[in-house]
Parts: sequence; structure tokens; C-alpha cells
Amino acid sequence: MTRSVLPGFRLTMGFTVFYLCLIVLVPLLTLPARSATMTWDAFWQTISDPRVVASYRLSIGASLAAAAVNAVFGLIVAWVLVRYSFPGRRIVDSLVDLPFALPTAVAGITLTSIYAPNGWLGQLLEPYGIKVAFTRLGITLALVFIGLPFVVRTLQPVIEDLDPEVEEAAASLGATRVGVVTRIIVPYLFPAWLTGFALSFARAVGEYGSVVFISGNMPMKTEIAPLLIITKLEQYDYAGATAIALVMLVLSFSLLFAINLLQGWTTRRLMN
Amino acid sequence: MAGYVHAHTGQTSRRASRLTEPPIVRVLLIAAALGFLALFLVLPLATVFIEALSSGLGAYVLAIREPDALAALRLTLLAAAIAVPSNLVFGVCAGWAIAKFDFPGKQLLTTLIDLPFAVSPVISGMVFVLLFGRQGVLGPWAADHDIKIVFAVPGIVLATIFVSFPFIAREIIPVMEASGTQEEEAARVLGAGGLQTFFRVTLPNIKWGLVYGVILCNARAMGEFGAVSVVSGKIRGVTNTLPLHVEILYNEYAFQAAFAVSSLLAFLAIVTLIVKTVVERRIGLSAQTEAGAARPQAS
Repeated sequence: MTRSVLPGFRLTMGFTVFYLCLIVLVPLLTLPARSATMTWDAFWQTISDPRVVASYRLSIGASLAAAAVNAVFGLIVAWVLVRYSFPGRRIVDSLVDLPFALPTAVAGITLTSIYAPNGWLGQLLEPYGIKVAFTRLGITLALVFIGLPFVVRTLQPVIEDLDPEVEEAAASLGATRVGVVTRIIVPYLFPAWLTGFALSFARAVGEYGSVVFISGNMPMKTEIAPLLIITKLEQYDYAGATAIALVMLVLSFSLLFAINLLQGWTTRRLMN
Repeated sequence: MAGYVHAHTGQTSRRASRLTEPPIVRVLLIAAALGFLALFLVLPLATVFIEALSSGLGAYVLAIREPDALAALRLTLLAAAIAVPSNLVFGVCAGWAIAKFDFPGKQLLTTLIDLPFAVSPVISGMVFVLLFGRQGVLGPWAADHDIKIVFAVPGIVLATIFVSFPFIAREIIPVMEASGTQEEEAARVLGAGGLQTFFRVTLPNIKWGLVYGVILCNARAMGEFGAVSVVSGKIRGVTNTLPLHVEILYNEYAFQAAFAVSSLLAFLAIVTLIVKTVVERRIGLSAQTEAGAARPQAS
């Protein structure tokens, strides 16, 4: 380390590491430490229980579906916000962050009341046999809501950075607009798009507040993994809760690792 | 001549059509984007206020002034009043250490700071139950000393600090990195003390990044549900925060009251978005003026 004329490195670094350990690392480490006291058999029995497997499957499946919806519409929203001008564009742009700012419980009860069988939209969908609230469709909808900003916000700066001159050059060399979009724009946006998808998915897998109201919470059918953790905790089955949580934590950290790699790919792409 | 002009305009319009989508595609894309956002953002936000006022203004005020709601509001404000300053001090320290100095493991430290974002809110609350609960690692010790952490206010504060932990640091670090160390070094060489350098030189450079981080941190701290729900025990009037009070009212089928309390949180969300937009514009403007000021000097 080179010597700096600036003071305070030891103090600020010391406090940073101390606070990080106190608030984040030590509490998080209790989870693997706690599950280490379980036997492998007990651990495996907990996480291979059909009800637990069903909850993992639901959490992952609904999150993938929601992230896919967000990937499609997020791309459209980001493109429209950067490239086109229309009245109210700035307000719409600010509104995209609403799912970050609105408490998840509020989002949860609101979506439920809209899509419940007697709700504004639930009423309209009911005659067509489409049930949203208290089904997997409802869970996916809530996850679309909370994951919405991720794809838009990761794509926006990349689209802004996309030099129209490149598109111009391709066009002047005879490429059609469809050709420019599929051959130049989509490959250019792809790493950021995938990052947005992964962020949206990662957020959705652990989500609790916005889902718990609309899901109906039926075991084997509409019970998400975070809810099952809470159920186990309320029954004082700490070992069971720990085992389920540990699997989710491993999944989350693998996603974080993948997202970091993707972001590295995006920045390298932007620099070239 | 006329033929030439005609051919020329024809060519430019064909060129233009290759540079952007045909009008019909543009209109369809805008319609799809706005329709999607209206369905997922505008409709829920409007619903909160419509449902809150569905039984008239009197019922609305009554629901908000109810003692349990006021107690929940006080606890939410208390948790945020502890969590946000703590995370602010941490964010500034982390920013100073990471942005102004070089050391091995910097990338790892930055990743670890983001860790709470990757953890499910339920797990964020649960680790404190594992740590301080009756069967927890420090549970017996806490019980011996008559310290109640889980299912009490300290647990709620801890969980709130945990989930809002990265917000300020991750906004400050890039802003501090962007402003470099030259100005601070100059201040030091000219005889300024450490704190003087920070308050006179660094702080003005990072103030908008700071405001931005604080507003996001505060929104999360006041709105957190999952983590707080696990550690709270949900004792009405004692360990209920606003989001938890919303849940209790909703589960008791007191829908109008639930939405009335929700409207306070939705209002907070709107204020957060407005401040965020204003600050983003400020940051954008200051970046532009800095770039504008730097250019003539460079040439």
C-alpha cells in the first residue's frame, strides 16, 4: 500500500470492518453454524420433504416467470424511455422506481384487493375463468411488480450509451432496421439484459411481503419458501427453518456471484 | 432540379426510416410500455388512496389517529431514526476507506457490503432470532442479563439496520471515487486538518450522493416488512411497525383502515420518488457543469 497524505485510513477501515462484521457477517454466519449442529440425515430429510420441495419449486418457477415478463416489458420500457419522446416521459421515468419505494406489504394488500374475485380487475377476469388472487398467477404478478425496476434500470444507461452512429453506419451500408435491431442492438444490450433478468429473479426468489397476501398460502400449492421458513420459526422448529433458509442462502449467493460476473461482462463490453 | 430534390428527400426519408422504427411500431411500443406501467404501477398506487378514502375522510382520519396506529408510526420513526444515521456513519467511513485508499481485498469488501441485498428479508430477520432467541447462541446470556432483543424493539432496530445497510455506502463509494483524492491532498498540503478536509472539501463533493443514499435507506428502513415481521412478535402497540400494523388490520378484514395506514407509507414512497428525481437531476447537472468547466481548461 502506498503512503497517502490523507488521514483516517485506520479509523475508517477499522470501523467499516467492525460494523460490517457486527451487523452483517456474524448474524449471517449463525445460519451455517446452526445447521452444522444438524446431522446430514436430518438436514436432508427437512429439505427433501415434499412440502419444502414444492415451495422451492414454486418460488423458483414463479420468480423465473416474473423475471421473464420483466425482461420483455423492461426492454420495451427502457427503449421507449431513452429513445422516444412523449408527454409525461419524465414522470413515467420517475415512477419506474415505485416498487423500490413502496413498502412490500402495501403492494401486497393492494394487488390482492385489485385481483381478488370481487376486486376491480378480478371481477372482469372471473367470467373468463381466470383466477389471479390466491393462485400461482397472483404470486407471479406480485413478483413482476417488485422486480419491475431492475431490467429497466440496468438497460437504460446501456441504451443511452449505444451510439446512434453505429446504427447509422449499418443503415448506410444497407442494413434494414430489423437487421440493425437483431444484429447490432440486441447483441449489444444482451449482457445488461441478462443482468437485469438475474437481478429481478434474485429479488423475487426471496420476496415475502408482497407475495404473502396474494398467494393464499396453501401448502403444496401456493406456499412460497420464505413463508415456510416463517411457519417453521413460529412452530419453534429452528432446525427446520435453518435448513430451508440455508438452501435459499446458497442459491442467493450463487446468483450474486453470477450477477457480479455478468456486470463485469457488461462493463467490459461498454469499454470496448 | 425538381426531380433531384424529390429523389433526395426520398433518400433521406428512407435513411431516417432505417435509423428508427416506423411510426406505427413506435406508437405500439410506447402503448405497450405505458400500458404495462399503468397496470403495474399507476393502478396499485391509485388503489391505495381510493380504498383509504372509500369510507370518507372521517373514517380515514380515525384510522390514522387510532392509538395502535400512532404507536406503530412512532416505532417506525424510531427504527429509521436509529438505522439511517448508523448506516450513514458507516457509509461515509466505508466510502472514505474504499474510495480514497488502495488496499488488497477492496473488491471483496465492496461485495460483502452488498450482501444484505442478496439475502431474503425473511432470512435477514431470522438470523437475529437464531442469535438472540431463547434457543439462540446469545439467547441464554441475554436472558441472564435481562436483555430482551428478539420480539422487542432492539430486534426490530437491528433487523432494520441490516436490511437498509448497503444503501448509503453503495451510493457514496462511486461518488467519492469519481471525485478522486487530489482536492483533499491539496487541502492537507495547505495545512487543513483531517476533519476540516472532510467537511470543507469532501462533503460538498458528495452531498447529493449522500442525500440520494439517505433517502433510499430511509424508504427501506420505514417500509421493511419481512425481516421485521420475523423479529417483532407483533405485539399491538408495542412491537408493531407501520407495515406490520397494515398486515394486522388487513388480516382482521379492517380493509379501509389497512389502506388508510398504507396511504401514509404510499405517501412516503411518493416523497421518496420526488426527492430522488430532484437529486438525480442535481447530480446530472453538477456532472455536466463539471464537464463543461473541465473542457476549456483541458484545451
